[in-house]
Formats: sequence, C-alpha cells, structure tokens
Amino acid sequence: MTTPASRKLWLGYAVAMLWFFVLLWPLLGITPEGLEFATSFGIWSKVAVAAAIILALWQLKQRGVFGFVSRPVEALSDSLGKATGVVPTWVWLSLVLAGALAFPLLTERYAHDVAISVLVYVCLGLGLNVVVGMAGLLDLGYIAFYGVGAYTYALLSVHYGLSFWLCLPIAGTFSAIAGCIIGYPTLRMRGDYLAIVTLGFGEIVRIVLNNWMSLTNGPNGILGVKPPGTYWWSDGKIDHIWLGSLEQFYYVILALAVCTVIAVYRLNNSRIGRAFEAVREDQTAAELMGVNTLRIKLLAYALGAIFGGLAGAFFAARMRFVSPESFTFIESAMVLAMVVLGGMGSIPGVILGALALIALPEVFRGFELYRMFVFGGVMALMMLFRPKGLWPAKRMGARSEERD
Amino acid sequence: MAPAFHKAHKHVEFFLQQLVNGITLGGVYALVALGYTMVYGIIQLINFAHGEIFAAGGYMGVILISWLVSQGYPPFICLSVALVLAMGYCALLAMAVEKLAYKPLRSSSRLSVLLSALGMSIFLQNGLMLTQGVYDRAYPGEMVQGGFEIGGAVISYMQIVIVGITVLLLVGLNILVFKTRIGKAMRATAQDKTMSALVGINSSRIISLTFAIGAALACAAGIMVGMYYGSVRYDMGFVPGVKAFSAAVLGGIGNITGAMLGGLIIGMIEVFAAGYISSEYKDVFAFIILIGVLYFMPTGIMGENVDDTRV
Repeated sequence: MTTPASRKLWLGYAVAMLWFFVLLWPLLGITPEGLEFATSFGIWSKVAVAAAIILALWQLKQRGVFGFVSRPVEALSDSLGKATGVVPTWVWLSLVLAGALAFPLLTERYAHDVAISVLVYVCLGLGLNVVVGMAGLLDLGYIAFYGVGAYTYALLSVHYGLSFWLCLPIAGTFSAIAGCIIGYPTLRMRGDYLAIVTLGFGEIVRIVLNNWMSLTNGPNGILGVKPPGTYWWSDGKIDHIWLGSLEQFYYVILALAVCTVIAVYRLNNSRIGRAFEAVREDQTAAELMGVNTLRIKLLAYALGAIFGGLAGAFFAARMRFVSPESFTFIESAMVLAMVVLGGMGSIPGVILGALALIALPEVFRGFELYRMFVFGGVMALMMLFRPKGLWPAKRMGARSEERD
Repeated sequence: MAPAFHKAHKHVEFFLQQLVNGITLGGVYALVALGYTMVYGIIQLINFAHGEIFAAGGYMGVILISWLVSQGYPPFICLSVALVLAMGYCALLAMAVEKLAYKPLRSSSRLSVLLSALGMSIFLQNGLMLTQGVYDRAYPGEMVQGGFEIGGAVISYMQIVIVGITVLLLVGLNILVFKTRIGKAMRATAQDKTMSALVGINSSRIISLTFAIGAALACAAGIMVGMYYGSVRYDMGFVPGVKAFSAAVLGGIGNITGAMLGGLIIGMIEVFAAGYISSEYKDVFAFIILIGVLYFMPTGIMGENVDDTRV
C-alpha cells in the first residue's frame, strides 16, 4: 500500500492542508473580540476530507481498481458514439432547433427569462470565440462592444424613435468601428500585452459611459428603450405590434442566436476563417503564406465586435433600460469563461459553456454568492486538467498547445 | 481623495499638495508594480492574481491591526507587527497560488497560464468577499494622526509613514536583488532558466521566492492604501492592479528600477490629472499611458534588455 510515490502524495497532502489552514484561519478567526477557531476549523475539515477522498479515489483509479466499471462504460459510450454517428448531423440539428422552438410552450415565465439570458450569452460567447478561439487573440474587454451596441440602440430608440430592426445593423456597425478603433493600436502587440490593453480599453469604455452625463445620463442609465416591433395579423388586418412579452423576446433572440451560429459556422469554414487559424497557429508562417496578418487580426476583432454589438442591442431592447453597471470586467471574464469552459474555437462547446455558466447557477440558486468563486476555480482547474474544454474544437493545431 | 484637498487654493500650494499626494500614491503603485515586473521577468506571465494579493494584504492589515489595537498595544507596535505578519501571510498565499495554478502549467501555452491566472484572480477576489463580506471594512482610526504644513502643502504623518515604509522596502529589495546570493540566483534564472539550472540553481524554488517577495511588497502597499483611505473592500485590487501593471510596462517590464520609476510616474500623473484635468476620468489616464507606451515604446523607459537590472 505504501509505495514511495503514494507516501510522497500523502505527505504533499498533509503539507497542503496545513498551508490551507494557515491561509484560512486568519481571515475568519482573528477578530477584535478575540481569537476563534471553530468556524475556520469547520470549513477546513470539510475541505480536507473532500480532498482526501478525491486523492484516495484518484490513487485507486491509477491502480486500475475501477476497471470493472470503466471498461463497460467506455465500451457503451463507444458504441453509442458509433450509433449517433450513423444519424446524419442535420437530423440532430433539426431536433435541437425543434426543441428550442417548442421550449416556451412547455415552460414557465422564469424558464423563459433564463433561456433568454443563455441565448444572449451564446451570441456573446460565439462573438468572443471568433476573436479568442479562432484568431487566438485574448480579449479581456469584449463586453465593451456589447455596451456600445446596447447604448447605440438605446440612444437611437429614445432620441429618434428608430426601430429595433433598423438599429440592429447600425449597432453592429458602430461596434465594428469601435472594434477597429480599439483593435488597431493593440494588434501589433504580443498576446499577453494585448490581454491587458483590451482590459484597459474595456474599462475606459465603462468609465466614459459612466461619466459622459450629457450623452449617456451617467450611472442612472437610459430609460424607456422600445422593444422590437413587427407587423402581424390581428383582427383580420395587418397591424403593427410591439414584441414585448417574454416569449416574443425569446423568439427574437433565438433567431439572432441561430443567425450567429450559422454566420460563425460559415466563417469557420471560409477562407477568412482559415486565415484566422493560420494566424493563431503561427503568425510568421501565415505571413509567409501570404496572409495579411494585421488586416486579418483587425477583421477578427471587428467581426467579434459585431456579434457583441448585435447582442447588446437586443439586451437594451429586452431590459428596456441600459446602465454602465451591466458592462463591467466581470461580464467580460464570464463570457471568456464560457468560451474556455466549452472549448476554444468550438461552436457547440461555446453553447454548452453558456448553458453551464448561466443555466446551471439558476438551478443552484441558494448558492448565488458562490457563483463567481466557483467560476474562478473552475477556470483555473480547466486549464490544469482539460485545457481544450468540454467539447473541443475539431481543428485545433498541435502548435497552439506548445509554448510560443 | 486627498485628505487636505480643499485647503489648497493658490496655484503653488495646490501644485505642492498634488506633488506630495503624487509621491505617496506613486510609492504605493511602485510597490505593487515590482511584483508584476519580477514575476514577468522570471516566467513571462502577467500575474492577474497580484491585485488580489494586494487586496488580501489590505484585509490582513485591517484584521491584524484591529486585533492588536483591541489587545491594547501602542500604535507603533500594532502597525509594525501587523505589517510583518501580513507580509508573511501574503507571501504564503502567493506561493500557494503559484504552486497550484501556475507551476503545473509551466510547459503549456501562454494563453492557458494567463487564463489560469485570471481564474485565480476571480477565485481569490470572491474568496475575500465570502470570508470578509461585501461591504467596506474600516481601519481603526486612531493609528497615525495629525500632520504639518510646508509652503502651504499639508503633509500628514500618515503620508510620512507611507513614504518611509515604501523607501525602506525599496532599498531592502534592491539590496536583496543586487547584493545577495539569492538575488544573483534570481537574476540568473530570469536571464536563462536552463543555464542557471545547470550551475545548480533550483529554479522552481527561485520562482516561488520571487512570487513571495512580490506578494510581500504588494501586501505592504495594500495595508498602506487601506490606512490612507481608511477602509478596504474585496474588489479594491482590480484597478490599482491594472495601474501598477501599466507602471511596470512604462518602466520596462522585467526591470526593477523601471518599475519603481514607472510607479512614481503613474502615481504623479494620476494625481495631477485628477487635480488639473478631470477627477472623473482619473482612472482613464493610466490606461491611456499603458496603451501609448506599448504602441510607441514597447520596451518602456528602462528597456527590456538591460541585463544587469533584470529579474
């Protein structure tokens, strides 16, 4: 039982747990009223027991104790994989789409609300996926484009009464312009500098939105944004109606999400998509092959920004209100977490990531406070144990895994 | 933000006051920037969790000082004991983060480590929120009070203490890095990990140590910011973190002297911009400088390849 390797493992465990206690206790135990051990010891012991169980299970797995379970399960999943492979992809897609279309008929208002958030984040995640997953540019200020889109529609709607459908392309255009403005000075930088500069730009946009009182009404935000309108049969004649109910919003954002998925899918398989990937894998080689890397990166940035802007315009219409508070760094980090969790460069992965990060916390509403705490931990753990994500992209080169 | 802001009306007085405030703030940024620059110099990683270490330092300061004050120790003892203990705490915290989240990723892509660092940052920030609550926590008020006037500018004793501790730490760091064997090992590892390993330097221990030193400095900065403004908050590390990183880049990332200089410049610019241009947009200037420096002068003031001063 006690091989040197396992002894080392448990020694490491003991040191780590001691370390953890030293880090945890001062935060909870030292109060002006005196020193207290019970609370921190309670938390500590739970974590220690959980870690011990995980370690023990892992050790048993290493020795192949679970072979009698894992072998049949693997065989089953293999055969399932083969069986599902027989059914053509379009059947699966239409099943998913039918499910999504029928969703509001089968569920409550609350579920509609969650589904709308999930779909908004699907759009955002897919947009960021173009920048981070396909072109390999880490963008930590992505939410700025979402903000630009939202404010564009909110301002045009409130001041000029323009319709949502007209503003959608305008919001996209403005976001793309913002993307180019932000992108141009940053794109000549190395990857990790790019991350911090985009973060800075994201903050600048938020601070400007917060302080430009005459345009954005500052922290109070803009009220009275109109929902999308459309012409529809009512009482035997075609009439203009506002799409104000939750189901109607759901269908609008579903349409937007489906368009985004199709656009990103087509982009992925296009000449431009290949160029993005070439830049991601090896910039020098891409340049040698005749890819104009600066232009391609700028394009990736602008395209990602457009998707963000469209989602932003919808967000403004849905909430009927925008304020700078919705566009903080944490939102950027959340969208990024979705892309990372799902699998960079993978469309189903990003959708899965959005579901996991938006819908799952709704199930565990009692643990709302722990949400970001768990996000951060999961993000680091994913990088350690499954850097390609839950549903990895098919075409991810070997090089992107190497150190550059 | 400046304690004696409203007293200074005339131009010179106002200028002097801003200068004093700028030096105080700049010293704090310099301390945080050193952690970024040292870690970047040695493993080329933007340590996003560094701002959270700074915040954790601020919290440890408030926790320890409140406790020591309640035990009836005199302010000087409270401050120095809390400073030393909190610095030790933050060093342990940073070493734990490095061991868990960065070390196993040493051979993977840069993007992975960066994302892991971002994850750790969010994790630590929310860990602080969960254990310490979402509201501000106030420092005990009676620590260092009073001040004096020179040429119309009011200098509080708090500012003297802050600048004094900062200078002490900066001198200590310089001695450590440039005069000791450990410092030599750190510089060697930063220059070439393989070669330094060949001559018998345990690079993973040196990296760990670098994190510990950077964290201890950030912790001191956190405590001083907490005392200066009177309270701490769980998310106080984010914006100063980015500004300190800008300072590190401005000075030339990887360069210790550069980080000190950069911190001072960023602090000055922020205070003067807030005083003369617009206080609403004071956070924007640091970002604009960061972008400008990276665009026009990516190696910073001191340059990246001044071999001798690199860690």
